[in-house]
Order: sequence, then structure tokens, then C-alpha cells
Amino acid sequence: MADQHIKLPEGSIEKTTTTLNLGPTHPATHGVMQNIVELDGERIVSTEQTIGYIHRAFEKIAERRPLYQITPLTDRLNYCSSPINNMGWHITCEKLLGVQTPKRVDYLRVVIMELARISDHLICTSIMGVDAGAFTGFLYVMSYRELIYEIYEEICGSRLTTNIGRIGGFERNFNDIAFAKIDKFLAEYPKALKELESLLNRNRIFMDRTQGVGPISADRAMNYGFTGPNLRAAGVDYDVRVHSPYSSYEDFDFTIPVGTTGDSYDRYMVRIEEMWQSMSIIRQALDKLKQFTGAEAEVYHADVPEYYLPKKKDVYTKMEALIYHFKIIMGEVEMPAGEVYNSVEGGNGELGFYFVSDGGRTPYRLHFRRPCFIYYQAYEEMTKGSMLSDAIITMSSLNLIAGEMDA
Amino acid sequence: MSLSNETIKQKLTEKFGESVTGFSETYGMLGFEAPREMNLKVLNFLFDDEELRFRFLTDLCGVHYPDKKDREIAVVYHLHNLVDNIRLRFTVYTPVAKPDIFTATGVFSSANWMERETYDFYGVNFVGHPNLIRILNVDEMDYFPMRKEFPLEDQTRIDKDDEMFGRGGSAGFGTEKTTHGTVTEDEKDNVGEELK
Repeated sequence: MADQHIKLPEGSIEKTTTTLNLGPTHPATHGVMQNIVELDGERIVSTEQTIGYIHRAFEKIAERRPLYQITPLTDRLNYCSSPINNMGWHITCEKLLGVQTPKRVDYLRVVIMELARISDHLICTSIMGVDAGAFTGFLYVMSYRELIYEIYEEICGSRLTTNIGRIGGFERNFNDIAFAKIDKFLAEYPKALKELESLLNRNRIFMDRTQGVGPISADRAMNYGFTGPNLRAAGVDYDVRVHSPYSSYEDFDFTIPVGTTGDSYDRYMVRIEEMWQSMSIIRQALDKLKQFTGAEAEVYHADVPEYYLPKKKDVYTKMEALIYHFKIIMGEVEMPAGEVYNSVEGGNGELGFYFVSDGGRTPYRLHFRRPCFIYYQAYEEMTKGSMLSDAIITMSSLNLIAGEMDA
Repeated sequence: MSLSNETIKQKLTEKFGESVTGFSETYGMLGFEAPREMNLKVLNFLFDDEELRFRFLTDLCGVHYPDKKDREIAVVYHLHNLVDNIRLRFTVYTPVAKPDIFTATGVFSSANWMERETYDFYGVNFVGHPNLIRILNVDEMDYFPMRKEFPLEDQTRIDKDDEMFGRGGSAGFGTEKTTHGTVTEDEKDNVGEELK
């Protein structure tokens, strides 16, 4: 027998469970995080999460930065959908400063946010396929993430960490190539998404691997602070876009998909359906954008010179523009003292910004409510007693983004 | 939307009387504060009351106000009533010398990591927390970095000799001392000795 050959040190207590280290760098963790799993055979007895490997102290850094310099920090929270973070931050600042954005800006923002949501969800859903052993679907949709990144590129010049928009609007209008690429995306992506769905939705293996795996009840999910697709998969129809509309989401007609059991399959299905809804929202937004005529059709920012950076040409030729440019760059904008909490529906749930201002040039305190950070703590409860391989797929169905978790 | 900020305020003063203070309404959100030993009572009341039903903890974080005597550290709860869709902000102040408040983990499971984060950055001691250890910072850290006594580096300072990062200091730019590849006065005579 094997135990005859194993010599344990004197006085040691024989352990009956196995400790397995998943992470910090492991293909199954999809990010820099560690999971110390205690296994009895192949069943999980307990897990212990260690996070913070890419903690970059954004909240501390933000306390010394003028508002426009905090936008690049928000990029790096959930880097699969940076534009949503950027917009969330701009909307928070606008709420504090009392800036009203024109409708056209709101609709442009909706377009870019929904594109970001699709790019976030398509990664999560296709990666679930990869973790269940179906690699191909991932390749079908991945080329459309590339197309979304090209659209970002047309609008702001960068792809992953977008730093898109300004307080009050966008830095430039969407060009014709951007609109053409959005049209191309809307025309071609449904086919690819259908293909992904036909590969996984009714796939016996995929269903067996995900149904009843990592379930959480609506009650527990709410107690654990779940938001976004993961909460909706448990059957609670809470969506920030509907409950506290921002950026004129109240003008759009869309449904909130909900699941029933809160298992991995439901999370997958909710995300798939949300992508269809997002496409419908983008179509509606494009229709609304077409209705603007004349000078209105060229509006891409609010008329707030004290917060919105002037054109470089004007800075060199006009006195007021130069003054405003200087004031904004030096962080000398007039900021009211007060506390504001604002949230947007991020790819993973309610992305909140708690902004305490003392009237100075930088936030006195800025706290990010990162959905990932809050719902990851339920992971232990969700995986207790399940198989190790189920824990892997539960993790990918939660769509944990290390950047968002660690801030 | 049957529940209004006014009703919440009324119910709170009815239940807790003079203890709940500092009512404010900023950007549509009701805010109030309570003494630190009462935080759990207030949270439980807000959770259990049939009309209030604040059963979703949106956010929990700390704020440091070094100038406020004996109420330096604030712990801020953002609660959400998902049925009536109304939010509120509840603040508890605690002195920095003894930052003890009761944990909310018994009411909200989500408070677990959020309290650990608040402990990690502000040193708030959540009494009764099941596992109050650091979460984002290294375990060996012996200070609480988000407190205001740890200011970030002033980006305009020029006294720092850090040439590798382009911060040689504008006064001495171009005259930085380097040790590699240069020959000191003593060594000058020996240069090329081996070649002779």
C-alpha cells in the first residue's frame, strides 16, 4: 500500500484532504487571483480567496488628481468594458457639477456603452465555452470584439484602455467610418452570435456542465450584493439602466432578461440575451441620432466651457479658450462641496462612484463600488461541495475581472 | 414609489429619537448619521421594518477627516430598497484613536469583504467580524494607507534624484552623476594599462 512508503515527519497529523493552489497565475483563473482549494477527492471542502495582486491604489491616487486625470484610472477597472467605466465617471462628475448633456450626447454614449457591454459579455460567454471544452465558439465571436475595438479607435484613438469622452460629452464627433463600422457590426454580429448560441445553448455536454452548477438563490444573491447579469440570473430584475436611468436610457425600449435558478447556465443565457438587447438598443439609438438635423446633428458635447476642454486651435487664438484650457489642465475648475453617489450598469453589475468633494481641485475621497469585488466573496458558498471542474466553470460564469476586483 | 425621503426621516426619528442626526438631502439621496454604538440597531431597523425594507447593501466604505475631533473616521453605508427603488446614505463616525464599530456581516453577507477593505485602508475595527484581515494590501503592512496622514508624493517636487525615471531635477538636469561607464580621477592613469 502507498501509505507504507510515505514517511511522515514525527508528530505530524495525517491530513485526509488535499490542498490545491489555483493561481495567482493559472489558466483557469482568467486573471491574477489566488484560490486555495481544499479537496476531498474531487469535491471541494473549502476555498479561500486571495486577491489584491494587481491593487494599484486608484482611490488614493485619485485624491491627488484633477477630474480629467481620473478617467484613465477608471479604464483599468473592468478593462473588458472600459467605455462604461469612463462614462460612469463622467456622469458622476456631471451630476456633481450640475452639467446637463444634450440628448445627442446621451445617445452617442448609449451606443458606445452598449458596444462595450457586448464586448464584455461576448468574452464571458465564449470563455465559458472554452472552460467547458468548446474552444471554437470563442474564435467566432472574438473577431467581433476586434471590430468593436476598431470602432473605439475611430472614436477616441485607443482600443483597450479607451479614456473615451470628456465631462460634458466627447472630445470629437463620431466620424463616418465609425458609423459605417457600427452598421457593419450590427449587420454581421447577429450571425456570429447565433453560431455561438447554436454551438452551446442546446449542447448536451455544455448543458450538463453548467446546469445546476454554482447556483445561488435570489435571496442569497441579494444578501451577497450581487448585481448585473449574475443577480438577474437568480431571478431579480434589477438593472440600473431601468431603476435609475442615466444618459437618457428611459427613452429606449428593452427588456431585462432574468433567469430562475442562478446557476452557471442561467448566467450564460442572461448574458447572451443581453447582447441581443444591447444590439436592439444600439439600433434604436442610431435611429434617434438620425432624427437630429442641421446644427443639432453636429452636437457632440455640452456647452460648458468651464469643464469641457476647448479646441486646441482656439487655445492658440482665443483668450477665453486659453484661460479655460489652463484652468482645466491645472485642475482649477469650480467644484461644489458635497457628496454624490452615482452608478451605472457595468458589464458585471452596478458600478458605483462615491465622490466626496470638499470644493478642492481633486476629490476629497473617491470610492469605486466594484461589482466583481463584492460578489466574488460568494464564491466559497457557491462552490462548497461541488466538483473542482465545476468550480472552474462557476468562476468563468461569474466573469471575474481582476482589475475591477483590486482597483 | 410609495416611500419618500420624508417618510424615512419620520420613521427614523420616531424610532431613535434624538440619536439620529444630521439629516441632509444631496442630489436626491437622503443622508443621516447615528452614534457608532447604534450602527447595527439602525441597520437592522432599516432591514426589518416592513415599510422601509432596505435590504440591499450597495456600498460600504471609509472616509478620513483628520480635522474633525473625535470623529475622524467615517464609515459610510449606501443602502438600497429595491422594491420602492430608493437609496439612502448612512454615516457613522468613530474616533481614530479607537475606531471600533459593530460589524454588519450578520445582516449583509456582502459586508464581509467591504469591511475588510475598510479595515485594510482605514484601520476600522469591525467588532464581531469573522475574519478581519487585510484584503488588498500585503499582510505585513503596518499602517493604514488611505488615511490622510500619508499624502501622495507631490508631483512637482524637484529635489528627488531619480534619474532612471527622468526626475534628475530641473536645476541639475544633464549634470547627474552616473557611476557606470565613467572613469574616476584615480583610475585615469590606469586606463589602458593592460594594453601597453
